[in-house]
Amino acid sequence: MATKLNAVDVLIVGLGWTGGIIAKELASTKLKIVALERGGPRDTNPDFIDPQIHDELRYAARHDLMQNVRRETITFRNSESQTALPMRQLGSFLPGQGVGGAGVHWNGVTWRWLEWDHQARTRTIDKYGEKIVPSDMHLQDWPITYDDLEPYYDKFEKTCGTSGKAGNINGRKIDGGNIFEGSRKDEYPNPPMIAAQSMVMFEKAARNLGYHPFPNPSSNASRDYINPDGVAFGQCHYCGFCERFGCEANAKASPHFTVIPLAVKNPNFELRTNSIVLKVNLDSTRKKAVSVTYLDARGREFEQPADLIILSAYALGNVNLLLHSGIGVPYDPAKGKGVVGRNYAYQCGGGATAFFDKKTILNRFMGAGALGTCMDDFNGDNYDFAKAGYIGGGGISCSNSGARPIQSHPTPHGTPRWGSDWKKAVVDNYDHAASVGNQGAVMAYRQNYLSLDPTYTDVFGRPLMRMTFDFQDNEVKQMNGQADICVKIAKEMGATKVDRSIPPVPYSIVPYQSTHNTGGAVFGADPSTSVLNKYLQVWDVPNVFVTGACVFPQNAGKNPTGPVGALAYWAVDAIKNQYLKNPGPLVHA
Amino acid sequence: MSTREKSQGDVRRRDFLKLFGAAGAAASTLPLGGSASADEMVAATAGKPLHHVTDVTKSYAGDSGYEFFNVNESAFVEAAVDTLIPSDSTGPGAKELGVAIYIDRQMAGGYGKGDRLYLEGPFGEGTPEQGYQLPTTPSELIRAGIADFSAYVQKNHNSTFDGLSEKDRAAIMTELDGKKVELPTVPTATFFGLLLQLTIEGYFADPMYGGNKDRAAWKMIGFPGADAMYMDKIEPFRNKAYTADPKGIQDLI
Repeated sequence: MATKLNAVDVLIVGLGWTGGIIAKELASTKLKIVALERGGPRDTNPDFIDPQIHDELRYAARHDLMQNVRRETITFRNSESQTALPMRQLGSFLPGQGVGGAGVHWNGVTWRWLEWDHQARTRTIDKYGEKIVPSDMHLQDWPITYDDLEPYYDKFEKTCGTSGKAGNINGRKIDGGNIFEGSRKDEYPNPPMIAAQSMVMFEKAARNLGYHPFPNPSSNASRDYINPDGVAFGQCHYCGFCERFGCEANAKASPHFTVIPLAVKNPNFELRTNSIVLKVNLDSTRKKAVSVTYLDARGREFEQPADLIILSAYALGNVNLLLHSGIGVPYDPAKGKGVVGRNYAYQCGGGATAFFDKKTILNRFMGAGALGTCMDDFNGDNYDFAKAGYIGGGGISCSNSGARPIQSHPTPHGTPRWGSDWKKAVVDNYDHAASVGNQGAVMAYRQNYLSLDPTYTDVFGRPLMRMTFDFQDNEVKQMNGQADICVKIAKEMGATKVDRSIPPVPYSIVPYQSTHNTGGAVFGADPSTSVLNKYLQVWDVPNVFVTGACVFPQNAGKNPTGPVGALAYWAVDAIKNQYLKNPGPLVHA
Repeated sequence: MSTREKSQGDVRRRDFLKLFGAAGAAASTLPLGGSASADEMVAATAGKPLHHVTDVTKSYAGDSGYEFFNVNESAFVEAAVDTLIPSDSTGPGAKELGVAIYIDRQMAGGYGKGDRLYLEGPFGEGTPEQGYQLPTTPSELIRAGIADFSAYVQKNHNSTFDGLSEKDRAAIMTELDGKKVELPTVPTATFFGLLLQLTIEGYFADPMYGGNKDRAAWKMIGFPGADAMYMDKIEPFRNKAYTADPKGIQDLI
C-alpha cells in the first residue's frame, strides 16, 4: 500500500519546459514545491558531450532519450470501426522522457503562432461564413488572443535566446522577416542563423515566385548569449546532430540547463526522478485534488498530498493522467458530450525532394535543428481557403538540420532499395538533394480523440490510452495542395529532378512524421467544449492546472514549443498573482 | 575537446568489449561464454586447414567472433549483406565493412532483445497503419526468418544461400523483397525489412558498433562523421566542396 508523505504546497508532474518554467517562476513564493519526473536526471556534461553525442544509431535510430514504450505506450486505430492495437515501438512521434523532457531533443524551432491560430473559428467564419467549416470539424477559438499572449511569447524567446528576424514590430512590416506574423513589441534576442546553401537557393526561388521567405526562428543560438535569468548559451556549432540529440554546446535552448537548474537552486524545491505518477486523487466532492499516487524506481508506492497540482507531462501523458484520475468528463463521440480526449490533433506533411546536378554542393551535414528558411504564404489564413479548398494550411520550408546517413540518404523515386544501383544513387545524390516541406495544420474532428483502451494495459496495470485518429478530407486536400506548391519552388530552385510525396493516407503510426501531438485537454471559454479555462486551470477541479500542447483546440502549421512555453509563463503568472492569493476558480463559467 | 589518437587499425576483441561497455547502447547481454566459444573456435583451428566453420567465423569476424549467430546463420548474414550492399566500383560492400558483425552485436544486445518493444498480448494482425504486431523480438524474428529463408533456398535451389553465386543470390533476394516468397514463420516483408534496415544501419553507423570499418561508407558519400563543428565553415563553404577525413567517435577520444 502507498506510503503517505508529508503534504507540500505545489506538486509538478513532469519536468520539461513547462514544469521547469513553473517551478522556476514559483521559487520566489517560498512555497514548498516537489517535482516528480518519470525519467532519470541528465546534464549536458557528461550526457551530451562531444563526440559521444554525435552517435546517430544510439540517439536517432534507437531513441535513447525518448519514452520507452515497453513500460507505457498507447493503442491506435484509424477509426471506431477498428480494434485498436498497441503502438509496440516508437514511430510516428517521439515523446521524451527524463529531466528536460522533449525539450532536450527538440530542434529548437520557436514560433509565435499566427493570429489566426488563436482565433481560428471566428476569423474563418467572419471571412468565409459558417459553411466553409465541415460539419464534423470542431473548429474552436483559443480563449485568449495573440495580443494577450504577446508579452509571454517575448519572455519565452528571451529565455531561449531565439535567433531570428522580426517581420512585424508594432504593426510595421519588415522585409526579410515574416510579414504575416502578429505584431511584436520587440526584435528577436539574437540575429538569424547563417543560412546554408540550400536555404539561399530556396529563398531566391520563393522570392522569384512572389512569396515571402524568412529565416526560421531558431533557439539554436546564433551567437554567445546570456538570457535574462543569467543563463549562458554557447554559439551553435552547426554540428548537424540536433533533433533527437542533446546539445553539447548549450546552444540549443533546453530546460535542463536554463529554467530547471534555477528551480533546483530554490531550497524549497525538491526534484524526485524515476518517479512515475499513476493518478491524481480527488476528494469525495470530486472538485478538489488532494494528492498524487506515484511509484519510485524500486516500485514503492507513495501518496504525495499537495494543495496545487500542475500536470506538465507531454501532451499525451497529461491526457492519460486526466483519464486515469477521473478529472473532467471523458469525451464520448457518439453522444458528442464530454471533453477529456476531445480534439486530439496532429500535423500533416508532404512536399518535394529536389535533386540537383553535381555542381550544386549543399554540405547538408553542416546543419542545425532549427536551421531553415520558411514562408507563411500558405499558412493560417494567409491564402484563400475557398479557392484552395482547405483551411489551416502550413508553413513551407527548406530546412538544413543535418545529413546523418543512416536516416538521410535521399534517392530519386524509382531507385531500387538495395544493391549496386541503390548504392550508386546514394553516392550520386547524398549532397545534391534538398527537401522543400510542408508543416501542415491538422484540424480537430468529432471522430479523432483519445480515450482509455478496453484491453491493453501498461506495466503498472493501468489501461493504455487509445488514440483514434485519421487524416480527414480537409487535410488530404491540404497535403496535396501544399505539396504542389513545394514542387513549384523546388523546380524554381533549379532541380534537375523533383519527387513529390505526401504522408501515408490513412494515417499510419509507423513512419516518423512529427512529435507535435496536440489536444485532448483543450482550453477554452466554454466548459462543454474545453477541459481548461483560459489560465489552463481545470474547470471541474480548480486546484489542478494542465500545460503543454494538449491545451490547443486544434493544431497549427507551426511547431508548438513557442506557444507551449509562452502559455506556461501565462499560466504561472495567473497562479502567482491571482490563484495563490485566493485559491479557487479563476474564471466562472 | 577530445584528444585525437591512434586506433585506426583493427579493433581487437578486448577493445570491442571496452567500446561496447562504454557505449552502453549495444552492450552485450550474453554471458561471456557465449562469445568466448566463438573465439575458442578460431583459436583452436588457427594454423590448421580451414573448414567451413572457421572460414566463415574468421574471415569477417576477425578476432571478435559471433556472439549471437550460429555458424550457419553468420554465413547467411555475411552473404545477405554482401548481396544487399555489394562491393563494386562505386564503393565498399557491407560484408567487408563488418556489417555482419554489426548485426550480430545488435541481435545480442538490447535492441535485439526488444528492450524498447511493447510485447504484451493479446496479439492480432491489425492493419499496416497499426504497425508491428508480432510477439517476437528482433533477434527472434531474424533467427526465425533466416531459418525459413534458408529452408526455402535449400528446397528450391538445393544450396545454402551463401553457397550460391552472386547473381543467383541477387535474384533470390529480389524474390524475397518482391514478396514472391511466402515464409512459414515470419511475414516475408517484415523479415526482409529488418534485414535491410540492419544492413543500412551497420553500413552507415559509427564504426564503434562493428560496421562501417575504417569509416569507409562515410568516405564514400562524403559524410565527415562525428567530428562535426561547422560554425566557421557553413558560410565559406556554400556551394563549395568540403572534404575531411571522416572521424568516428573513438577516433576523437
